[in-house]
Amino acid sequence: MSAALSIALAGNPNAGKTTLFNRLTGARQHVGNYPGVTVEKKEGFFTWKGHEIKVTDLPGTYSLSAYSVEELVARDFIVNERPDVVVDIVDASNLERNLYLSCQFLELGVPVVIALNMIDVARSRGIEIDADKLAELLGVPVVPIIARSGKGVDKLFDTILETAGTAKNIHPVMLRYGFDIDQALSEMLPLIEDNNLLTDQYPARWIALKFLEHDEQILEKARAANAGLTDRLLQICEKITNHLQQTMEVYPEAVIADHRYGYIKSVLHQGVIHEKFVGDRLYTSDKIDKIVTHRLLGPVIMAAVLYGLYTFTFNYSTSLVDLLATVFSTADTWVNAHLPDGPLKSMIISGVIDGMGGVLGFVPIIMFMFFGIAVLEDSGYLARVAFMMDRIFHFFGLHGSSVMPFIVSGGISGGCAVPGVMATRTLRSPKERMATLLTVPFMNCGAKLPVLTLLIGAFFSAHQARYMFLATMAAWLVALIAAKFLRMTVLRGESTPFVMELPPYRFPTLRGLVIHTWERTWQYIKKAGTVILGISIMLWAMMTYPGLPQDQVNTFARQRQIIEQKLQQLKTDATADDNIRPAGSNLMVELETLNSNEARARLRNSLAGRIGIALESVSRYAGFDWQTNIALVGGFAAKEVIISTLGTAYSLGDVSTENTTSLKERLAGDPHWNPVVALAVLAFIMFYAPCFVTIVCIAREAGSWKWAFFSMTFNTIFAFALAVCIYQTGLFLGLGG
Amino acid sequence: MKLRTMKTGQTGKIHAITVQGSLGLRLCEMGLVPGTSIKMEGRDPVKIRLHGQVLTLRNNEADHIEMNVQEEEQ
Repeated sequence: MSAALSIALAGNPNAGKTTLFNRLTGARQHVGNYPGVTVEKKEGFFTWKGHEIKVTDLPGTYSLSAYSVEELVARDFIVNERPDVVVDIVDASNLERNLYLSCQFLELGVPVVIALNMIDVARSRGIEIDADKLAELLGVPVVPIIARSGKGVDKLFDTILETAGTAKNIHPVMLRYGFDIDQALSEMLPLIEDNNLLTDQYPARWIALKFLEHDEQILEKARAANAGLTDRLLQICEKITNHLQQTMEVYPEAVIADHRYGYIKSVLHQGVIHEKFVGDRLYTSDKIDKIVTHRLLGPVIMAAVLYGLYTFTFNYSTSLVDLLATVFSTADTWVNAHLPDGPLKSMIISGVIDGMGGVLGFVPIIMFMFFGIAVLEDSGYLARVAFMMDRIFHFFGLHGSSVMPFIVSGGISGGCAVPGVMATRTLRSPKERMATLLTVPFMNCGAKLPVLTLLIGAFFSAHQARYMFLATMAAWLVALIAAKFLRMTVLRGESTPFVMELPPYRFPTLRGLVIHTWERTWQYIKKAGTVILGISIMLWAMMTYPGLPQDQVNTFARQRQIIEQKLQQLKTDATADDNIRPAGSNLMVELETLNSNEARARLRNSLAGRIGIALESVSRYAGFDWQTNIALVGGFAAKEVIISTLGTAYSLGDVSTENTTSLKERLAGDPHWNPVVALAVLAFIMFYAPCFVTIVCIAREAGSWKWAFFSMTFNTIFAFALAVCIYQTGLFLGLGG
Repeated sequence: MKLRTMKTGQTGKIHAITVQGSLGLRLCEMGLVPGTSIKMEGRDPVKIRLHGQVLTLRNNEADHIEMNVQEEEQ
């Protein structure tokens, strides 16, 4: 048994990297994030012939430039962690473009083994590749494999071991980039070598190349190491750039890319590739695309698919959600029966168990959603969705892929922002992704629905369906406009290039789907779960403490005692007299009212209650009373809590989301409430701070709490401004009654 | 002639890429370098075929690609 060997999997997106990774490591893998960025870092282990091998699955990239986070992460990993072997997975059916990345590994001078994947697909397209010839010309081992079936993978392992054993002194491959660039390189090289500028990390020639490509990361590092020299090198670059512009109207990076492709072509033309059929042929994929991306039929199919994903996520997961709910209510009952009354019991029930329920309650939904998305992603359909939706979403500063998180969050009302926020992972453009992340909570999630139904039912019952539809439309409108606003302000900047590949359709493998789904779900439980549990306990404390002062507790206790005594009296007097019944039920009502009043007093006195009352001085501009304020504070725990808190604040006892009749009548009859107030509250609830579970997920996905706090304040201020507008306009028009 | 103005079904060779920075480099990385043959498959967003793969671009991105149109079908 020797020390662990470290290998990195690199390659273009859709080249089969993840399939190979899953095949190698199976369940022995770990998903995390690269520090400070939101790119997934996947690691795993496997053993081969007594060697423990650590595999890192690098993000799929087309190149190693510094323009995308993925590329930077992949490059930094290879340079800083120095894996023993870089396994470059190359799609045999699209060799030319895939070798562009391989070419850059050669320039970087790292030990590479090329895994020539999907030779079966290539063969079916009439492409035969001479792997030995390719290996000879590139100077690195090339192993043909089929990652899906595992064919050739054993040979790949052997080659990796061999390469790791011998590859100690690899010399970077020297490509020619044409007279002008080569001239500049030869001017820059001695300067870099003599001053040892970053040469401990990168080959000198590579550094010079990156200067010519205007690579921000390298320029920054170089400036920090030797500012004077950097300026001198940049002068050389400027000279050559101007020269190229004047003579050929091209930029150095284009010339460099051009010569890389030239090198690849020259390799391929030396008998590496044999194509049997010439000209265009319609492959299965193209046939499917003829229908699926059809001008008219395409959007119809897409709507059906997205609706299907939505139904699958939220409807099919219900039995699991219900099962979990039963487990937690059983736990509640058990604790209730076995622990003495008191703060500990209250904390365990309302804080811990309900909190755990809050964390785990989302798990089935997240699991189903990621499974559904994995199917769409792995099959290649997601790229088509982005392709069809981009025209609309780009207008609002978003990306075609943004549509899915919006739908999941409640674009079809009744979704959930937690999986919605997590679904933004499929977006690769950082600014568009952030804008999506921050605006999906505006959608009408399933927890807001009962609250909206309550208010609409109480004040606009004549047009219930119309108002619900308007609410959905308003959510879309606000979310898209907010996205546009964010992209023009805090997230200002050029759109990330849209240029993307429409990969051929493929059948997803069940193994891939299951691993994909599980790792993402587990990440949610592990990363978000603990924080959510903590905040849940904190919110419980806010709604509970400080308790009522002792004298008030005594007063309530005394009153309760009196009623109970009367009840007792009635029971002992029971002589089957019919007159007792009304008297008894009157007493029962009195007791209930007393309990409700005590609950209301307790809530009013708690920290949340005090905040609600203190806010009344501000919130009256939007027409909210302190009862509404407390409910809105409670709504930060989960939007459906608004209903039960309103119930308590209006002394109605327990009001459940299923049965809101009493609360509806109470609000409709309350002199403070009227349609204008209801509309203002409605708007506020739709758009104010997302629930804290969403906030935690936003922090996780955005990679910083800064954005989570931004989301809270931005949404709340916006929602309040809107509510004030509605209320004041209503008052002005004299609609307030 | 700009790529965007090509008709669906037309083929041509890339003459030049007229944009620098992230977009320029990205286009190169995806195989859009001078001399590459392209077949136009659809517009808005632009859909093209090269090296047996299908790529899509936004209209304004396609404006930075100068083409030499070779032949016309139909």
